[in-house]
Amino acid sequence: MKRFLKLYTIEQKLGFRSCDGIIFGILMPVGVLLLIAMIAGGKTAGDSGYTFLQSAYASLIAVGICAGAFMGVPLTIADYRDKKILKHFFVTPCSPVQLLGADMLCNAVNAIFSAVAITVVATVIFDYRMDGKPAIFIGAWILTLVSMFSIGFMMASLCRTVKAANAVTSAVYFPMLFLSGATIPFELFPKGLQKVASVLPLTQGIRLMKAASLGVQMDDAVKIVMLLIGITVVCSLISVKTFRWE
Amino acid sequence: MNPCIEVKNLSKSFKGRCVVKNLSFAVNKQEVFGLLGHNGAGKSTTIETLLGLKKADSGTVSILGKEPRKHRKEIFEKVGVQLQASNYQNAIRVDEICQEISVLYREPADYHALLQKFKLESLEKAQVNKLSGGERQKLSVVLALIPNPEIIFLDELTTGLDTAARREVWRNLTQLKEEGTTIVLTTHYMEEAESLCDRICLIKEGQKVVEGTVKDVIAGSPYDNLEEAYLWYMGEEVLL
Repeated sequence: MKRFLKLYTIEQKLGFRSCDGIIFGILMPVGVLLLIAMIAGGKTAGDSGYTFLQSAYASLIAVGICAGAFMGVPLTIADYRDKKILKHFFVTPCSPVQLLGADMLCNAVNAIFSAVAITVVATVIFDYRMDGKPAIFIGAWILTLVSMFSIGFMMASLCRTVKAANAVTSAVYFPMLFLSGATIPFELFPKGLQKVASVLPLTQGIRLMKAASLGVQMDDAVKIVMLLIGITVVCSLISVKTFRWE
Repeated sequence: MNPCIEVKNLSKSFKGRCVVKNLSFAVNKQEVFGLLGHNGAGKSTTIETLLGLKKADSGTVSILGKEPRKHRKEIFEKVGVQLQASNYQNAIRVDEICQEISVLYREPADYHALLQKFKLESLEKAQVNKLSGGERQKLSVVLALIPNPEIIFLDELTTGLDTAARREVWRNLTQLKEEGTTIVLTTHYMEEAESLCDRICLIKEGQKVVEGTVKDVIAGSPYDNLEEAYLWYMGEEVLL
């Protein structure tokens, strides 16, 4: 445990030093929240019956997850594999799984910081109050985080090189970021685009978090929960089966 | 003799191409053993299979009397390794990489003392990326020494270093040798093998060509220095 914590501390320091996680995972969603809340915070989002601020809160909290899952996790693993850092752990008494775990935790912690920052800004500056139960919202957040991270881990397993990982992360990260409703309010999309975007797993995670934060009943909540659990199981299995240390 | 590393009839192929073929050698305690050969001769594959990073197709390997793939945790408490062309995390500092490696072992050496020994103590807070080639290779030796190892493996430690930096690394290795550490190294520099190694093994296309002390190896050829003897063993024409 002491070993894991030390690895985690150093990796977390490196994460903060590189700034990417802070910019994409924390500053960016907070900035978008400020913009949306100032421009249209009190207005009703589409024909949804809730405000843009209420919609943005739950969606923007997903940006931190998105940054960790589709950039942080796959790029770190691909980079460490390329640099033979993972391989080197095989010639020590420690398992490289500990290093992977430490890096996953770093990305999860970034997502927590992101969620906290958004919550503080939304509550203190814009007087946001969650209608739903925070515990259910946190549950939806954890489920979304775990399922998205499993996708990120699978991307790292399937991409053999840093170059491939870069290409794939960009191809996954940006559509997820813009089409899932994480940044641009989903309610503004035309119906056709909403249908297309609903295919993205993150869209479903955000729907779940949004419903939880608004305290509304969802007809297909069980279906989404099953879907996200299914994604986690399938992606984790594929990751573990196809994973290469070098 | 007291072998602490034994390789017996080791074979390893990749996609049908045989990289190591029926190779056997042993390394004795407190000995400096050099594995020499051209690029692609199978040196790194031999080292990696010996360390258990790759699975042997046939043959056996043992380090300190144990099979590394089965006793990884136990063996690598006492064995330090520098892998060829390995690299470090972006923006990691010297002290951080030392701490990260130290925490992996039950009884790590004091890395401050090691840095001092290799004249790197002033760079403790420097980023590893910003170190010169020589400093970085010295750091990789420091990291390989953190477990307080009985054996260290150095794969092409001095490749790409300038003469002065290479000499400095040699001085450090000579000191380690005097302290009784068993060293297994691969190199392209015959001068390095000549000044450091007690025994050497020349391999070509994954097969052993000759093994013995530097003196014996030279004596077995028509030449009087290792570089020419090496080329002769490898079947290359000695031009000069």
